[in-house]
Amino acid sequence: MQAYLKLDHIDKTFTRGNATTEVLKEINLTIDKGEYVSIIGHSGCGKSTLLNIVAGLTDCTNGCVLLENREVNSPGPDRAVVFQNHSLLPWLTVYENVRLGVDKVFASSKTRSERDAWVMHNLNLVQMAHAKDKRPSEISGGMKQRVGIARALAMEPKVLLLDEPFGALDALTRAHLQDSVMALHQKLGNTILMITHDVDEAVLLSDRIVMMTNGPSARIGEVLEVPLARPRKRLELATNPGYLKCRQRVLEFLYERHRFVEAA
Amino acid sequence: MNMPAIKTEPATAIVAPKTPAASAPVATPVVTMTPKRPPRAEKYSKMAKDAAVRVVPPLIVIALLMLFWELVCQRAGSTLPPPSRVFKDTKELIFDPFFDRGGIDKGLFWHLSASLQRVALGYSIAAIVGVALGTLVGQSVWAMRGLDPLFQVLRTIPPLAWLPLSLAAFRDGQPSAIFVIFITSVWPIIINTAVGIRNIPQDYRNVAAVVQLNPLEFFGKIMIPAAAPYIFTGLRIGIGLSWLAIVAAEMLIGGVGIGFFIWDAWNSSHISEIILALFYVGIIGFVLDRLIAGLGKIVTRGTSAG
Repeated sequence: MQAYLKLDHIDKTFTRGNATTEVLKEINLTIDKGEYVSIIGHSGCGKSTLLNIVAGLTDCTNGCVLLENREVNSPGPDRAVVFQNHSLLPWLTVYENVRLGVDKVFASSKTRSERDAWVMHNLNLVQMAHAKDKRPSEISGGMKQRVGIARALAMEPKVLLLDEPFGALDALTRAHLQDSVMALHQKLGNTILMITHDVDEAVLLSDRIVMMTNGPSARIGEVLEVPLARPRKRLELATNPGYLKCRQRVLEFLYERHRFVEAA
Repeated sequence: MNMPAIKTEPATAIVAPKTPAASAPVATPVVTMTPKRPPRAEKYSKMAKDAAVRVVPPLIVIALLMLFWELVCQRAGSTLPPPSRVFKDTKELIFDPFFDRGGIDKGLFWHLSASLQRVALGYSIAAIVGVALGTLVGQSVWAMRGLDPLFQVLRTIPPLAWLPLSLAAFRDGQPSAIFVIFITSVWPIIINTAVGIRNIPQDYRNVAAVVQLNPLEFFGKIMIPAAAPYIFTGLRIGIGLSWLAIVAAEMLIGGVGIGFFIWDAWNSSHISEIILALFYVGIIGFVLDRLIAGLGKIVTRGTSAG
């Protein structure tokens, strides 16, 4: 079977004036359909840059991104992004924020009332239908992120890209949202690529964890399979030997072999 | 999962009214009615108090100033009339603003409405051109490099300095006055719009890119709402400047208009009429400013809340 999403020899070099920084070097990764893959690494290692390259928001210097064997190099709804800081448009209501994407993606394939129903269906998926007429400033951070997820899901993306989606949330809200995302992944079978710097989150949610070395010239250091059965339960996993082993492996990678060196 | 959070909200809402009902089921209607009444009366008295707090101090200050003015200008040989004289001289103008005896001998209403029409036209053109040019300059680096220095120089030219040139070009007072309004108020609109567009967060641009909005949709759905607070700052400065400019321009071009009314009153030594006209100019300038500020508040409700 051919890979669903393929990152093929991706390099990324930033040039400012005559100073060039190589951020990413030789990134090769294949992701199967329905797979949940996390990318973990210390801050500044270029993982967000990598996600932006997949999203098409940033161009890569060499290599290419293939989605179903087609090269993708510009942003599009087939690779919807859930941004770290939710990025909801503050002048639109929750409903209108989701509707914005739906109206573009299904402009010709769905009627007006079908689109309305589809928006509500997606808001229901993230349990935000009750706040559909609220503006982003009137709801909590966790709720905003839910709406951000609904907006991305509503575009029916082939790959869902999550850019540290829970980074700005408090621990309890984060756990709630992780459970939500896990349930959604179970239910809809999306292909998901997630950036994170949280070891527990990575092990809990992913099928595979991609560990990146420190930049500059960050590369994929190791890929770890997480052989835990789904559905996973947070509490049961806490004492699960398989879970602890995976966690240990990631921690060793991050804190022993590739310890974060503070730039002077 | 948010389910528990959703459940607790209605639960607490139900519990709250239930407890008093359970403890005293007969008394509930009385209990719920009585607390409602005092707040209503309280609300009105509080509103009256708030209004009084705002209105009374300026009224006292105005009364004191009037008294001072009356005392200073009452002496024989004073060059300016005291407020009592102003009122006596301009009674006809105050109470009958709608007379029209042909030519320029019209009531103040007609003068003011002529000025306001010029401002409305010139300012509307300035708003449209200003937002369009501001968007171009804010969006395109090359447009900014090319146009910004030009704008920075042109905007320092005083409004009246444009008048002779526009008279030469249009050969008529009316379009010249409108042009002066336009050229005065367009700069702050351009500059503020450009700043607003340049400050649109990259996040919103990313959202637009992922959703694949076309440039026209991007303009209408992202740019204008995101830059609206800046645009309205420009529009508000613009309306103030155009009201400043129209009075000066009308003094020179003549015809009907509040500016010319003032000039005409000066030529016929009707100082009281000048004072009355200044009063009206001030009030209308204030109302125009509030109007744009209020409109801006309504339009940018969502944006500024972030």
